[in-house]
Amino acid sequence: MEKKRVNLDMKQYGMFLALIAIYLIFAVLTHGKNLTPMNINNLVMQNGYVVILAIGMLLCVLTGNVDLGVGSIVALCGAAAGILMMDYNKNMWVAIIVALAIGLVVGMFAGVFIAYLNIPPFVVTLATMLMGRGLTYTLLKSQTKGPLPDNYTFIGARFLPTYKIFFGDGVLDLVSIAVAVIVSVALIMSELRSIRIKKKYNFALAPAWQTILKDAIMLFIIWFFFYKLARYNGLPFILLIMVILIAIYAFITTKTVAGRQIYALGGNRKAANLSGINTNKVFFWVYTNMGVLSAIAGIVLSARNGSSTPKAGDGFEMDAIASCYIGGAAVAGGSGSILGAVVGAFVMGILNNGMSLFGWTTDVQKIVKGAVLLGAVTVDVLSKRKNK
Amino acid sequence: MSDYILEMKHIIKEFSGVRALDDVNLQVKKGEIHALCGENGAGKSTLMNVLSGVYPYGTYDGEVEYKGQLCKFHNLRDSEAEGIVIIHQELALSPLLSIAENVFLGNEQLSMKGVIDWTKTRQRAQEMLEKVGLDNENINAPVNSLGVGKQQLIEIAKAMAKKVELLILDEPTAALNDEESKKLLDIMLELKNQGITCIIISHKLNEISYVADAVTVIRDGKTIETLVKGVDDFSEDRVIKAMVGRELTNRYPEREGVTIGDTIFEVKNWNVFHPDDPDRQMLKDININVKAGEVVGLAGLMGAGRTELAMSIFGKSYGQKISGTITINGKEVVLNNVSDAINNKLAYVTEDRKTNGLVLIGDIKENMTLAARPKFFSKHGVIKGNDEILAAEEYRKRINLKANSINQEVGSLSGGNQQKVVLAKWMLTQPDVLILDEPTRGIDVGAKYEIYCVINELAKAGKAVIVISSEMPEIIGTCDRIYVINEGEIAGELTSDEVSQEKIMQCVMAHNRKE
Repeated sequence: MEKKRVNLDMKQYGMFLALIAIYLIFAVLTHGKNLTPMNINNLVMQNGYVVILAIGMLLCVLTGNVDLGVGSIVALCGAAAGILMMDYNKNMWVAIIVALAIGLVVGMFAGVFIAYLNIPPFVVTLATMLMGRGLTYTLLKSQTKGPLPDNYTFIGARFLPTYKIFFGDGVLDLVSIAVAVIVSVALIMSELRSIRIKKKYNFALAPAWQTILKDAIMLFIIWFFFYKLARYNGLPFILLIMVILIAIYAFITTKTVAGRQIYALGGNRKAANLSGINTNKVFFWVYTNMGVLSAIAGIVLSARNGSSTPKAGDGFEMDAIASCYIGGAAVAGGSGSILGAVVGAFVMGILNNGMSLFGWTTDVQKIVKGAVLLGAVTVDVLSKRKNK
Repeated sequence: MSDYILEMKHIIKEFSGVRALDDVNLQVKKGEIHALCGENGAGKSTLMNVLSGVYPYGTYDGEVEYKGQLCKFHNLRDSEAEGIVIIHQELALSPLLSIAENVFLGNEQLSMKGVIDWTKTRQRAQEMLEKVGLDNENINAPVNSLGVGKQQLIEIAKAMAKKVELLILDEPTAALNDEESKKLLDIMLELKNQGITCIIISHKLNEISYVADAVTVIRDGKTIETLVKGVDDFSEDRVIKAMVGRELTNRYPEREGVTIGDTIFEVKNWNVFHPDDPDRQMLKDININVKAGEVVGLAGLMGAGRTELAMSIFGKSYGQKISGTITINGKEVVLNNVSDAINNKLAYVTEDRKTNGLVLIGDIKENMTLAARPKFFSKHGVIKGNDEILAAEEYRKRINLKANSINQEVGSLSGGNQQKVVLAKWMLTQPDVLILDEPTRGIDVGAKYEIYCVINELAKAGKAVIVISSEMPEIIGTCDRIYVINEGEIAGELTSDEVSQEKIMQCVMAHNRKE
């Protein structure tokens, strides 16, 4: 039987290519300043919390809604952790657990109103945004609390164990290189496995050259990324948190019943209901989950800053929402992906970083980010319309 | 000078290489009601879009001549200026605005530029409503306080307000019951007397033979023929033959090799109250039962409570204060939600596939496996993706789904194929009892036949099937036994050898008298 070949869906990789393009443009504009090992490291550390929030926000966006409260919950959880450690001399673990618990409770609070009392999410989360911010200012008495203990700041500002050797004009961390090797092998193995399964079930394969080119580009990016980190200080702890969360949520959204129920709900709530999906429950868990992820982002942010401030996380909800939309999620709900949201978050991050290095002020940066968001969504909508 | 008000000559319209219309000709005489027939996807709507300027002049080949003039419409506004108004299947009304405002939506009565003259609006709206027989409605009430049938009439009033000369109705009665349909058709005849020309697109052949003076049949983008009343054979069978290109000797396939077994589904003393009004009883002491391999119909007028009965049984998806018992396979079950129902092998195929049945932006596979997933396509909450693909492929072939692949977006399929996806979705849950609510609404004759075949197949496999339908011939043609429901009560039970449309109506009338 003749084998069917189907071209790779370029739209799926479009955002990824845009990310690379933006990065390369800034590499030229800044004469390679954004290529340095230190800058790559900063990109990861500065965008960690936006990525974490974008993951949770994607689930809200999939339902066709947003969560405006995340920035305030980030601040509230960071503040709670800071107060417990500084004022009550509590252990770091107690602080972390309490911060996570607060995120959980705030998320459930919003979830109850949204899912079981049918209050529009926009209104409920606008309320949690105001209440959370006010509560943070009250708890912190409008003061910044710090410096936070060393073992706590590890989460946000430190690195995984390294094994450094001298290399060229600096050092090279062998742990990072080892991880890069593992990731490369895993990538190739999974590609081979997917080809094997497709053959077994007689599904269409992509042309060989396309698969090889795609994998070659991904391997290059992996090696570029890990090599740069190895030349600096090794792997940041935030990277580990991010990768674990991305893996978990990518799995949930694509491979689990619960994840696909969110898509079905976003696509058509009534049909989902009549298909045996408890849509109230889905709503409840989506917003509860957002609360917990906000808490994680709050911990990471306060750890990186080494302090808890009442203004922390201001406007993060907008960055997270923008990341989802830039990453191709539909505003009406029902379509979008975790990887898309992560790429969207990095597009925002690379823009921020590149423009800062180039010497543009934050005022100008906002204008550019707004334009990019509008442009990305417009292109997405127009391309969908063209297909019809 | 010809007496044709409209002549469309050699119309060719292509969409990215695919010919939707291939040399179509349509001639409509002034003052007649002209029906346009064809299976779904035959090109009827495309043709009307060419006429009304939705596809601007120049994007198609051929000529449109209206009142002897060559038309060069660039948008709807151009065609409306000439008195051509199209009323689509989906109503173009703004639900919360008043009736009067809706009648003049897009055509506002102004006192000066941009300022609405409310007195004039109300006064003229009243005039328009009289023309469509709605003089008793409160013109200040929001339009969604009316039923669908009356909203359809508001659409016509709206067209009248635009000084319509050629009115195009795209499946105007698809969502109406027999009584409302009759009323609408009578209004059409009334308009004809006023000299208005109508083009009606419809699947309901009995309506066409009632109102139309001529019928043009389109198949696969080509004009097949035009039949004129009083000149040609105008029978339903004749039109069907032209539509499908073959004689459908039997519109309802024979059910063979079915053995009717024991009663496997029974509902007893079923009482349901209105979801918003706990004092209003919607269903009273309903008792029904279905045997394995049996197809049972629920007949009745729209609003009789058939859908409400089905949905209240199906995991209490409708109503409140529900009481009564359900027995499936000899075991009494309590179905508190939809997943209880699915787990107890009950399936309900909704009457409204677009709003209640499908995730239109999802692909075929996702839609097919949505309901069956927790039970059959997952393990510990993780989806068995390859099993899903295999199952979807199997059903795609089994129900003869016309689609490129199981990854095609459901929203891009035709109505008949969408209905097949919904059916497949529920067949995949491996039910013993299926309730099919209006399984062939708004789909063409060929697809209907295929759906009937699926029903037969289900019966053959020993399932209990309940069919709800507003089309009486369909219920009579497909069911072994029929319950007539009226005003939330069982008005009668008829077996297939005694049933006829008259019998069903007699049941309803007798029940109404008892009230």
